[in-house]
Amino acid sequence: MMGHEDWTKLLVEVIARATARLPDDVTAAIRAGRSREAEGSLAAMALDAVLKNVELACSEGAPMCQDTGVPLFWIHHPAGISTGMLARACAEAVRRATAQNLLRENAVETLSGRNTGTGQAPGIPSVHCEEWDRPEVKIELLLKGGGCENTSAQYSLPDGKLGADRNLKGARRVVLDAVHQAQGKGCGPGILGVCLGGDRGSGYVEAKYQLMRHLDDHNPIAELDAMEARLVEESNQLGIGPMGFGGKTTVLGVKIATLGRVPASYFVSIAYLCWAARRATAIVAANGETTWPS
Amino acid sequence: MAKLNLPCNEAEIRALRVGEPALLSGRMITGRDAAHHWLVGGFREEVAPYLKGSVIYHCGPVVRKNPDGSFTFVAAGPTTSSREEPYQADVIGRYGVRGVIGKGGMFEKTRKGLAEHGAVYLHAVGGTAQTLARAVVRVERVFMLEEFGVPEAMWVIEVKDFPTVVTMDAQGGSLHESIAEGSKAVLDKLIGRKAR
Repeated sequence: MMGHEDWTKLLVEVIARATARLPDDVTAAIRAGRSREAEGSLAAMALDAVLKNVELACSEGAPMCQDTGVPLFWIHHPAGISTGMLARACAEAVRRATAQNLLRENAVETLSGRNTGTGQAPGIPSVHCEEWDRPEVKIELLLKGGGCENTSAQYSLPDGKLGADRNLKGARRVVLDAVHQAQGKGCGPGILGVCLGGDRGSGYVEAKYQLMRHLDDHNPIAELDAMEARLVEESNQLGIGPMGFGGKTTVLGVKIATLGRVPASYFVSIAYLCWAARRATAIVAANGETTWPS
Repeated sequence: MAKLNLPCNEAEIRALRVGEPALLSGRMITGRDAAHHWLVGGFREEVAPYLKGSVIYHCGPVVRKNPDGSFTFVAAGPTTSSREEPYQADVIGRYGVRGVIGKGGMFEKTRKGLAEHGAVYLHAVGGTAQTLARAVVRVERVFMLEEFGVPEAMWVIEVKDFPTVVTMDAQGGSLHESIAEGSKAVLDKLIGRKAR
């Protein structure tokens, strides 16, 4: 039976992997984008710089981006594990990883403006625990930087200015508007997690959880799957390109989920993620053995 | 590819054009949200000599403190510049800054300030914190570390061949403005909206 210290050590390892290694599917998508950009263009130069940086960070085991963001943990666990203990282990792991320079001293007390120096503060890290009926524990981590968080957007439909009604057609319009509004400020090429429905809080949380999906997966709901592909293609027509330098690679992926809503509300929550999609997953079997799915 | 040695003079800066890659070497200083707010709150004599003729890097680095008390940049990419829009032109004018390095570009007030004072906006590739930390060959000193914390402190650094692209020049040109306009035209077409 794993205790607080065992979980803390494992969680530091999850952070170490996330901060230094770009998932293979993301690297492959950036390479594919690079191959479409014109030789000698600023877009090609930017993507070459990104790919070189990915290699450096991985070989050094060092943060690929200095903004190590808000650590977002999602933990699925069987009955009988204390979620309070898991949350405390996540917080302690963030403090240790910060002391090891795997994370930046990235937590500020909002009223005083003082940096806590530990990487940790109320609400940081963000930990979501959910019980499931399987024997293993699944830990998922996303390090989401502030630059891309600032470009995330939430729309309340209908939106008259964009001609967006309360349906998928309307959702498409606001997602494209969000990509345009973001320009290069979110460190594109970006990845969009989208939630249709929910409330203002739950919608954003689900939109962020969509960012844990692999870029090459398929949405089990056919009409959402088609919309994901269409939005990638159309976003890339906008010509914003890597870093907003212009080019064909504006978005690497769009992932969409739905939540229920009340009759009065129809939110479209769009979580913009930078190219440095620092996610990591660990699975801990009932016997304590840990595996690292890609 | 332009090569710029810092500090530099106005003529070198005015010769730069939007879209031109520029490699920077010499001494610069980091500064972001807290620093810009502080810099416009009064004339800060202690940092003024480091700002004159040089560039401000919008960066909140990960920094290692070495056993001998010196510092090393562990990760040091650019942060989003638009947050400094209310202050940037004033900081440039007041301290004689010749440029800023950041990401995402800046807007009208800064664009005018760059043209008026002879300065440029240099874009580094966001997220490439390892590559850029390697271009920082030395950390000379730091201002406001206690008050602002590591990411927000003003770090005086020496760089060698630090890679950037000029995206706003001293002639009033802005790549960000042209990309925003071009992409808006495509967006209007995609969603069937009449251009305004």
